[in-house]
Amino acid sequence: MEYKVSLGPQHPALHEAVSIRMTLDGEVIRDADLKLGYSHRGIEKLAEERSYVQNIYLTERICGICSHSHTTCFTQGVEQLMELVPARRGLYIRTLIAELERVHSHLLWLGVAGQEAGFESFFMYTWRDREVVMDILEWISGNRVHYAMNIFGGVRRDIDELQKKKILDSLGLLKQRTDYYLNLAASEPTFIGRLAGVGMLSKEQAVALCAVGPTLRASGVPMDVRKDDPYAVYAEIPFEVCTADSCDVLGRAVVRVKELIQSYNMIEYLLKNLPEGPFKVKAPRKVKPNEVYSRYEAPRGENVHYIKSNGSDKPERLKVRAPTLANYPATIAMLKSGFIADIPLIFAAIDPCICCAERLVQMDNAYSGESRVLTFSQLRAMANERSTKVNTKKKDIAWPF
Amino acid sequence: MAILKPILYILVYPGLIFLMVYSTFCEWFDRKLYARMQNRIGPLHTGRSGILQPVADIIKLFAKEDIVPEKADKGMFTALPVFALAIVCTAALYLPVWHYTEAASFISFPGDLIIVVYLLSLPTLIFFLAGWHSTNYFSAIGGVRVLTMLFGYEIPLLLALLSPAVLAGSWRLVEIAAFYQNHPLLMLVNVIGFFIAVIALQAKLERVPFDIPHAETEIVGGQFTEYSGKKLAFFRLLGDIEMVVGAGLISAVFLGGFPGGLLPGLAWFILKTLFIIFLLSVLRAATSRIRIDQMISFSWRWLAPLGVLQLFIVIIIKGNMS
Repeated sequence: MEYKVSLGPQHPALHEAVSIRMTLDGEVIRDADLKLGYSHRGIEKLAEERSYVQNIYLTERICGICSHSHTTCFTQGVEQLMELVPARRGLYIRTLIAELERVHSHLLWLGVAGQEAGFESFFMYTWRDREVVMDILEWISGNRVHYAMNIFGGVRRDIDELQKKKILDSLGLLKQRTDYYLNLAASEPTFIGRLAGVGMLSKEQAVALCAVGPTLRASGVPMDVRKDDPYAVYAEIPFEVCTADSCDVLGRAVVRVKELIQSYNMIEYLLKNLPEGPFKVKAPRKVKPNEVYSRYEAPRGENVHYIKSNGSDKPERLKVRAPTLANYPATIAMLKSGFIADIPLIFAAIDPCICCAERLVQMDNAYSGESRVLTFSQLRAMANERSTKVNTKKKDIAWPF
Repeated sequence: MAILKPILYILVYPGLIFLMVYSTFCEWFDRKLYARMQNRIGPLHTGRSGILQPVADIIKLFAKEDIVPEKADKGMFTALPVFALAIVCTAALYLPVWHYTEAASFISFPGDLIIVVYLLSLPTLIFFLAGWHSTNYFSAIGGVRVLTMLFGYEIPLLLALLSPAVLAGSWRLVEIAAFYQNHPLLMLVNVIGFFIAVIALQAKLERVPFDIPHAETEIVGGQFTEYSGKKLAFFRLLGDIEMVVGAGLISAVFLGGFPGGLLPGLAWFILKTLFIIFLLSVLRAATSRIRIDQMISFSWRWLAPLGVLQLFIVIIIKGNMS
């Protein structure tokens, strides 16, 4: 017997509000759909009313995990608009923070994967070790989550020799722990049993559905903005694009652990080759009319900011495409073949950040071509009208069993 | 005196009072061990080293609002938790805790091993009914998973418990325990069965890796999703007491029971059940939750054949003994 169950918007497996609508046949999922829009915050509109400098702090708050990704994406876009060449030392520090952020995000993801699979010990261990990288970030920037390191033309703070030494010491511990997790993920039978063969996404599907980041790379497509379209100083540092061929959740976990090891090497290289000189240059306040499309490889995948300037000190338009949004179509394709038990794992495997991906889309009427502007009271009237149509009478609600 | 003893038996030891106190202690022991193995501290604030935390949790649940779903069958929904708790407490009375002689337990009789196994199976059925009567999709899925799991672990558990009984030549718990006290070396014959029984007990208690029926990241609270307040407290207490009774059953059958009268017997009981609970905690900390299909195939591919192998070993050794 087929029946429909809605997972969310409030559910222990989901850390943010989203609703997964499923059609189930016993334990098997026949059909799945996503309903979004529970945590829209209107950041893009807000950005149009603030100056470029204020917008750095606004874009930082798009995401709580990849906060540096959004500011870097925005900052390097605006620097292009300003035709400003940032300080080289500043770019190195910016890249350093980006890689530290990738380490912290991937360790966090490993813990979440453990928790979704019901492996609490793994969750506790990875999150304990994540504290090490959080401490490093605090030494450098003064903050654990919102580092606020980027300014136009460089970074806000410099790194001294003592900090360098401390970071390199902590990296040793992190490397050791990551090797342990790699072994654990390859040898614990119950964990492998839960991850292997779950949420299959073939190479063709991944490309056709425009997946990004580790989700795409785990399907065997070596696509990484850091390699394909290098920004900051990625063209100068040696690293490999990590891929896996298993196309399942285990592959996504393996890609992330491999990326952790690559990141450790990159951080070491960046610290040892940190150039001398100023870490910031002075930036102009106003920006000439132009537009720019800025790409950045966030821990979750390709992050895109489109910025249009109009000659004033405020952007005319800021469009943010967070990596989670690009991964939604692939998620629905992956969900359609699984068991109920696989839903949290498959959904968590794209490392969803729901708030980052919530956007309002205003559609013009495709037939008449007319568009309309609604006020807040009109929207409220529409919502009331819709909710009165919903049948809430007790006796009419049927329990199918 | 003749009346006093059964009353003491039912109310004090190993009846209600002892079970309530000891099962909350066992929950604390399990939580603390689990936390230490995960590099956490565990309960700390209520009582010394948080020893009263499980009691505090239950008191808190009793004070909470108690909600019954609109469409649920109110009678069933309310009666099931009480019923399940009563059944598990009854099962505890059959454990041979006072002595290992004839007068061990006033309700001891040949074949009481089967009765305990039967009484420990009933809560599973009640979990299913609780899930089904909650009129919630997550509860219904949880209830069905409970029954599906029962088909996986029940047969291996029975096979594992019967092997030592066959070797001892009795299906009476007192006599099985007495047999292994007289022949301690023969305990080693049942090593495979012991581990099967521990794994099956873990499945019966629905703990990681077998917490499939109430996997919180999949189906919220499973069969307990709609339960709150006092009724949920009953179910929690039931889980703790079931752990004690299950551990007591395994130590009576495999580890030679609890010899030496009242106080040494009590000491043995605590020592042996804590050992079993320690094994259960390690299993819980070292594994990840598996899927329901993986659980069934694991039971029938590994546990059941190993149970049969254990029975074969026992039969061969018994043939050589006589």
